[in-house]
Amino acid sequence: MKPVKFDYLPARDGAEAVRLLTEHGDEAKCIAGGQSLGPMLNLRLARPAVLVDLHRAEDLTGVEESRDAIVYGGAVRHADFEDRRVADAARGMLPFVASRIAYRAVRNRGTLGGSLSHADPAADWVCVMTGLGATYLLRGKKGVREVPAEKFIHAAFMTELAPNEILAGVRVPRLSESARWGYYKFCKKVGEFSQATGVVVVDPERGYCRVLVGALDSPPVPLEPVAEALAAEGPTAALAVLDAAVDTALGDYPEVNRQLYKVAVRRALARIGATR
Amino acid sequence: MNKTGIGARVRRLEDDRLVHGRSRYVGDIKMPGMCDVAFLRSPLAHARIKAVNKPEGKESRVLCAADLDGVRPIVAESTLPSYRVSEHWPLARDKVRFVGEPVAMAIGRNRAEAEDLLEEIDLRLEALPPVISPTVSMADDAALVHEQWDDNMFLKLSVGQDPANARDNADVVIKREYRTARQVMNPMEGKGVVAWWDYRDGQLVVTSSTQVPHIIRNGLSRCLGIDESLIRVIAPEVGGGFGYKCILQPEEIAVAWLAWTRRKPFRWLEDRREHLTAGANTREHYYSITAYADKRGRVLGMDAEVTVDVGAYSVWPFTAGLEAAQAGGNLPGPYDFREYRCQVNAPATNKPPFTPYRGVARPGVCFAMELTIDAIAREVGREPWEVRAENLVPADAMPYVNVTNKHYDTGDYPGSLMRAKEAIRFDEVRERQKTPEPDGRLIGIGFATYTEQSAHGSKVFAQWGLALIPGYDEARMKLTPDGGVEVRVGIQSIGQGLQTTLAQVASEILSIPVDRIRVLMGDTGTTPYSYGAFASRGIVMAGGAVSRAAEALAERIRVMAARPLRCAPEEVRLEGNRVHGPNGSLSFAEVGRIWYLRPDELPEGDRHGGLEVTEAYRPKTDNGVFSYASHAVVVAVDPQTGKVELLDYVIVEDAGRVVNPMIVEGQTIGGTVQGIGTALFEEVLYDDQGQPLTSTLADYHLPGAAEAPHIRIQHTESPSPHTAHGIKGVGEGGAIAPGGAIVNAINDALAGLGVELNRIPATPERVLTAILGARSGKENAS
Repeated sequence: MKPVKFDYLPARDGAEAVRLLTEHGDEAKCIAGGQSLGPMLNLRLARPAVLVDLHRAEDLTGVEESRDAIVYGGAVRHADFEDRRVADAARGMLPFVASRIAYRAVRNRGTLGGSLSHADPAADWVCVMTGLGATYLLRGKKGVREVPAEKFIHAAFMTELAPNEILAGVRVPRLSESARWGYYKFCKKVGEFSQATGVVVVDPERGYCRVLVGALDSPPVPLEPVAEALAAEGPTAALAVLDAAVDTALGDYPEVNRQLYKVAVRRALARIGATR
Repeated sequence: MNKTGIGARVRRLEDDRLVHGRSRYVGDIKMPGMCDVAFLRSPLAHARIKAVNKPEGKESRVLCAADLDGVRPIVAESTLPSYRVSEHWPLARDKVRFVGEPVAMAIGRNRAEAEDLLEEIDLRLEALPPVISPTVSMADDAALVHEQWDDNMFLKLSVGQDPANARDNADVVIKREYRTARQVMNPMEGKGVVAWWDYRDGQLVVTSSTQVPHIIRNGLSRCLGIDESLIRVIAPEVGGGFGYKCILQPEEIAVAWLAWTRRKPFRWLEDRREHLTAGANTREHYYSITAYADKRGRVLGMDAEVTVDVGAYSVWPFTAGLEAAQAGGNLPGPYDFREYRCQVNAPATNKPPFTPYRGVARPGVCFAMELTIDAIAREVGREPWEVRAENLVPADAMPYVNVTNKHYDTGDYPGSLMRAKEAIRFDEVRERQKTPEPDGRLIGIGFATYTEQSAHGSKVFAQWGLALIPGYDEARMKLTPDGGVEVRVGIQSIGQGLQTTLAQVASEILSIPVDRIRVLMGDTGTTPYSYGAFASRGIVMAGGAVSRAAEALAERIRVMAARPLRCAPEEVRLEGNRVHGPNGSLSFAEVGRIWYLRPDELPEGDRHGGLEVTEAYRPKTDNGVFSYASHAVVVAVDPQTGKVELLDYVIVEDAGRVVNPMIVEGQTIGGTVQGIGTALFEEVLYDDQGQPLTSTLADYHLPGAAEAPHIRIQHTESPSPHTAHGIKGVGEGGAIAPGGAIVNAINDALAGLGVELNRIPATPERVLTAILGARSGKENAS
């Protein structure tokens, strides 16, 4: 299938993108890597009259490093993380995750901001950025506002973004030297969407610990009892409360699915030792 | 020894153009003024068409059934008892019978514009109860897919006799239900057709991505009601066929009709979504099997029922009955038992018309049979390989006529199994299983052995009473003035390397190296008749024809060369790319020069027929020749997630005399990976209204490079006594056994958990559900 007719407007920078989106209102949609929107255009499920292309916007493709955090432009590509063309704030976690997103062809074009804005609960960045406690920088007409990752996604494919806002950047706090992380996703085959994702980030120096289960029908869910046990007593204690925590958090899911979620988090926990 | 003859590992002549993207597929063809066609497809599985209202002012660019003057429906005949024909109109009339059935077509300057037009068509449908499964279809109160019938059965047959003795004498009775999923064949290139009117030749030229250009010409002539001489069908490079492109397509007729009536070029290219919905047409089988065996596991007989969900229409020329009839006939496979009965059902449903896919019925029957053998082995407490080996037709019984009258020509079936067992290091795997794996996964080993009836002859097709009976294939061969060779064959290459292997057959006889031999194919305007590329017939039939033609050309060359060599024709030998007499030799170019450039050197009154010949061929015995193989696989099953990894895969195959071992390996690996898709991944899902739920490749999973194990292949050669050079067909084989071998291995791995899977694909969800079910079953019992 081929898309319905649309006008294609490349934006030079984030400000121009916002101006174009404001000008064209509901008729306009942003495109960056096009790895999700492209098929939806071809299937005629998405029918925008105007496409505002962000992928060459100069201020969206860069990276700003500071002592405590790194801000990644929204149009930084998955492959930029995988190939370490951009600095890694998370002690190996970002390249590790990026190198497992779909297939290389997707990673060559797909972007961080595009993936987060699309807000597919199964997407890797959606789970990882929430796990790292990232902050999203939303640029609108009145400038930039900051939204914590866990507040950004309202429901599957629904976000905090106003129609004329773009996800201009993502601020990821730097993990300290003693921090550890674990990430596991279960896919039917290499490159497919995750069916169950587990994210563990523990950073004692910053007093930070988060355990998430993702690839749900909704945004990732924190497993607080597991995180508390992990922070207080370590992985063995965390494992001991894991199954009950998943059963409580995901009581509505069928047994087979809950089993996969438990496995994903368990295996993410098992890997934190290896990422010290 | 001829370095490029039969048996040589010649590099494929096709690959340079293919891997560099330099070939020409239908989608590469551009004609001045060409318009794109898009099809409006039914959104409902079963409905009455109340109206197709065209957008105002654009009526000439939108066509529905009523507009196609002179077009006749696709009607596939068969004389099989009880078989019913269907009428399949290229654009639906009165009713639609599956989601994706073409109802109208729109014409645009490009595809997007044609699709814009489709959105303006106002299609009025009145929904009818969808017939979404064999169970629904065969129920007493089922809605009728074809209202002129009194039930929904395309075919209902009983094969064989009641296995009464086996039942009375059995120590062990095994009853099982098996099921295989509906699949989509997914060639990399979908269907496609470009048609135009050629004023110079006065012919309708239909360029189609097809396996069977000559029979498409027959079919178009029938359905358009015009003479065959007015039609030329060309198959350009075809990017995979697998059976999907061996039948007459409604879209071919509709686009050809446009070009015929409007005298302009029109094009339609299938997209992946059309393919995954309207092309969801194969593999869905249901088995109910009762096997009788003695206490050592020797099979005494079998009572079976096979039901194939054949969809809404009967495909031309192979019919909706062929798959089910083949399943009934092939279920006994390579095994030696004498009592067998099979009830065969082919109910119509509101799904796309069933089309035979690589392996035709055998991936299903092999799955059912091989799981049954393992179930018997478990029941009698013996190793499955042992029970399998004792039941296989032994080598000293060849030639062997089996319980369904299949004539197995040559081979050592138990020998291939034993070699596979050796190569997979069976004893080491059994040893490994005694210690838990560090990662908690469970190891299993499985086997499957099958026969592949290749190169079905006319007798086989005549049994099914098809309107068109494949038999002879033809080849035309010419020595060029400079001593090269042109071979013209009507068969079509669909990726299987026939240009290379046919050149090798010619090279074997003429002694001319393959780089001087051009093989031209796929064009009814320039090649002699062939039924086309399907049923693993190419290298046997077209190879046989090339062999005959090369012998005939060699004879002409001997006669031509005898005079300058001053000897008798029978003293002339072709060897080492030269023509030898007792006292000297000539190059082939010198022979060509005499005939084409210097006929003045020929004696007056010479009646030589020239250096171009056409020959036809079919094997001496017309029952088909049987290739076979054993597959052995080691799996690791993750009991926490149900995920299966293939750790090792061994194939010991026998395709008679091998023309090119590398090509046989390529065919075997490709088929096996498709079989891995059948075993582990591929499944078309429908909702209860018959809506396909797997309409993108994000939902319909194909195996990729990461899912394909390193496959180790061993060749054995039992030449057929019936064919030229002892060659057998091998194109389908790889796809047959993976389902049986892999699920046997999974069941071996999970035996300790009390799990037995009887359904494919063995997706993680299905495996995990079975594990959790067995676990809760045990808890309830305790």
